[in-house]
Amino acid sequence: MIKVLTGNEAAAYGALLCKPEVVCAYPITPQSRIPEQIAEFYAQGIMGGKFVNVESEMAALGYVTGAALSGVRVFTATSSQGLAWMHEGLHWAAGSRLPIVMVNVNRPMGAPWNLTCDQTDSLSQRDTGWMQFYCESNQEIIDTVIQAYRISESLCIPAMVCMDGVYLSYLSETMDIPEQIQVDEYLPPYRPEHKIPGGGYKLYDKSPSFSEPLGSDFMRDRYNLHELESQCVQTAVDSDEAFFRTFGRRYPPVEEYKSRAADVVVVISGSAAGTCRYVVDCMREEGYSVGMVKIRMFRPFPKELLRQALAGKNKIAVIERDISVGQCGIFYQEIKWAMSGFKETGQIYGFIAGLGGADITSGLIRDAIMSTINSPSPDRDVYWLGLDI
Amino acid sequence: MNITNEEIKLRFSTKEYMQPPHGFCPGCGVALTLRYFLKAMGGNVVLVMPPGCTSPSVLNPKRSLVSGDRYIDVICSPFGSTAIFAGGIKSGLVARGDLKTQVVAWAGDGATFDIGLSGVSGAAERNEDIIYVCNDNEAYMNTGNQRSSATPIGATTTTNPPPGTKHESKKDIMWIMMGHQIPYAATSTIAYPDDLMGKVRKAKDIKGFRFFHFLAPCVPGWGFRTEQTVKLSRFAVQTGLFPLYEMENGAVSINKKRKSVKLEEFTKLQRRYKFLGKEGLAALEGFVDQQWNRLNRLAGTDGDAVSS
Repeated sequence: MIKVLTGNEAAAYGALLCKPEVVCAYPITPQSRIPEQIAEFYAQGIMGGKFVNVESEMAALGYVTGAALSGVRVFTATSSQGLAWMHEGLHWAAGSRLPIVMVNVNRPMGAPWNLTCDQTDSLSQRDTGWMQFYCESNQEIIDTVIQAYRISESLCIPAMVCMDGVYLSYLSETMDIPEQIQVDEYLPPYRPEHKIPGGGYKLYDKSPSFSEPLGSDFMRDRYNLHELESQCVQTAVDSDEAFFRTFGRRYPPVEEYKSRAADVVVVISGSAAGTCRYVVDCMREEGYSVGMVKIRMFRPFPKELLRQALAGKNKIAVIERDISVGQCGIFYQEIKWAMSGFKETGQIYGFIAGLGGADITSGLIRDAIMSTINSPSPDRDVYWLGLDI
Repeated sequence: MNITNEEIKLRFSTKEYMQPPHGFCPGCGVALTLRYFLKAMGGNVVLVMPPGCTSPSVLNPKRSLVSGDRYIDVICSPFGSTAIFAGGIKSGLVARGDLKTQVVAWAGDGATFDIGLSGVSGAAERNEDIIYVCNDNEAYMNTGNQRSSATPIGATTTTNPPPGTKHESKKDIMWIMMGHQIPYAATSTIAYPDDLMGKVRKAKDIKGFRFFHFLAPCVPGWGFRTEQTVKLSRFAVQTGLFPLYEMENGAVSINKKRKSVKLEEFTKLQRRYKFLGKEGLAALEGFVDQQWNRLNRLAGTDGDAVSS
C-alpha cells in the first residue's frame, strides 16, 4: 500500500505491522508523533495488545523490559535526553538478553536545548550492547523496524533503529507499506519457551542469572553476549536478504554507492546519505572519481564489510553529524579502528557537520570532497564543515 | 482489620516458603516480614527486587525462596525501576494469558521513598495490578546505613554521623500513596503477624495497585541486640511512631490504638538515637503526636483513646 508518511509515522506503522503485545513510550520532541500514532492505532482498534503511557523514559524502557522478561514482543521509542534518561536500562536490557526494539529519533543532547538533529545521543550509547541501525529514508525506517525484530529475536539482543530528527521524523515521503501477510511470514509470532534449569517458571527463557545467585557468572554472561554480537552482522545480512526476497528492497549493513572504482570515498550515515548520493552523481558527471559508502549498521560495527568496501581507496572522507567532544567524530574513530592494521587502507579525513540540526547541504559535502582531494594528507582529526573558524 | 482464625492458623502453619540458608543478618526484621508475607501470599508469585537487603539475601549463598518443588521467581531490577518492572512483567504475563500469577514489587525505603518514587507513583496512578511492598528499615541499610528520606528525625546514620542527627522529619509515604486513589494501602510490622498476614490475604483478592508499608527493625543499622527485633517493632506501634492502619477505597481505619509506652523506651534501646538529646526527643514526640492526630482526623476517630 502506497502512503505518504513522516518518519515518525513510518516507525509507528512498522511497529503496527510487527504486532508487539506491549508498547510503551514517553513523548519527547521530535519523537512525539510515534506514541501518538500508535495510540491512535489502538483507539481505532487496529492494533492488538496494550499501549501504556508512563511517567518517564526510564519507565518506558523499564516497562517494556518487564514485559519482555515475561516473554512477549515489545516496542518503545524515544529521543536524545530521553535516551540518556534510559541509559541504565539500556545496559540492563542487553545484559538481560531481551529482544527489545526501540526507535530513537536523533536529536542533540543539551545543553543548550536544541530540538533538531544530531546523532551524538545514540552514538554515545554505543557501549550498552544494543545493535544500532541508522536510516536514510522513511521507507528504510519502516523496513528496518521489521528487520530489527527478526534480527533481535533470533539472537536475543536488543536493537535500536535510529532516524534523524526533523530531517526524517518530520519529513513526509511517499512509501510502500509492506503487506501484513508478508510481514507475518517474514516475522513469525514470538513465543519463547521457558528453559531455566531448576527454575520452573515461564519467564524469559534465555535470560542469564536472574534467578541464579547474584553475579554467579557475570564474566561468562558478558563473554557470551560479546561472542553473540559477532554474529549480528551476518544475521543482519541474512535477514536483509530474506527481506529482499519478500519485499524487493534491501539495505546492507555497509552499502557501496558508486564506490567500487572510486579513488575518493565519502563515508556517511543517516539522512545526509541521500544528499551525498546526489553530490556523487554530480561530481561523477564532472569526471571526479568519487563514491559513497553508507554505514547503516553501527553496532556491532561491521568491520569486515567496511574493510572490503574501503580496500584500496586513496582517500576516505568521513562526514558525520556527531562528535566525541575533545576527541573526534565517533564514526571517524570507529573507522580508524576498523582500518587499523589493514594493509589496503588510504588516508582518512574526519569532517564534523550538521551539529544541532544545521543542514548538511550538497555544497558542504562537495567542499569536504574537494578539500580531501586537494589535501596531501590529513593534518588534524577534526575538520569542521560549515563553520567559520 | 479483624483477625480471623485463618490468620491464627497461618501463623502456626508449618507451610514455609523460605528455606535455610539465607543471607539476612541475625535478627533481621525484613527476613521475618518476607516469611510472613509469603505464608499469606502463597507461592504463585513473581518477586521483583531492586538492589537492597532482600535480593542478595535470598539469592546468596543459595536460593532460599521455594514453593513446593520449584524456586520462586526473583527478578532483579535497577534501583529506581521496581514498580516499573513489576507493571511490565504483569502486562507481559497477562498478554500471555496468565491472569493468576501475582506480581510483587519488593523494595526497601530507599528504593521507594527516594530513587524509585516516580516509578511507584506512575504505577499507582495507572493502577497497575501489582502489590508493592516497602520494607522500611529507615535508611540505606544494604549499603551500610546511609540516610534516606525515611530516616526519622533524631537518628544518626553514616551520612549524618554522630554527634549530628537527622533534623528533618521522615517522609510520610502512606499519605503520598493514599493521594493516588489506589484501592488498598496498609501499614504493618512483624510484631503483629496476624495483622500483617491478614492484610496480605485481603490485598491478594483486590485488583489494582496495592501498597504495603512494613516497618522492619534493622539490627546493625539501628544498633540493638538481635533478640529485640520484635520488641522494637511492637514499641514502634505502641508509641504511635508507626501506627497500624489501612486504607480501602479511600476509607481509613486505624487497627491498633496507642498504648502508654514512652518514646524513650523505644529510643533508648537503639544506638542510632544515642545523640537524640532532650531536644531531639521532644522533636520526635512532636512528630509522633502530629502524625497520630492527623491520622485520627482522617479516620474520624478519637486520637486520645488509649486501648488497654
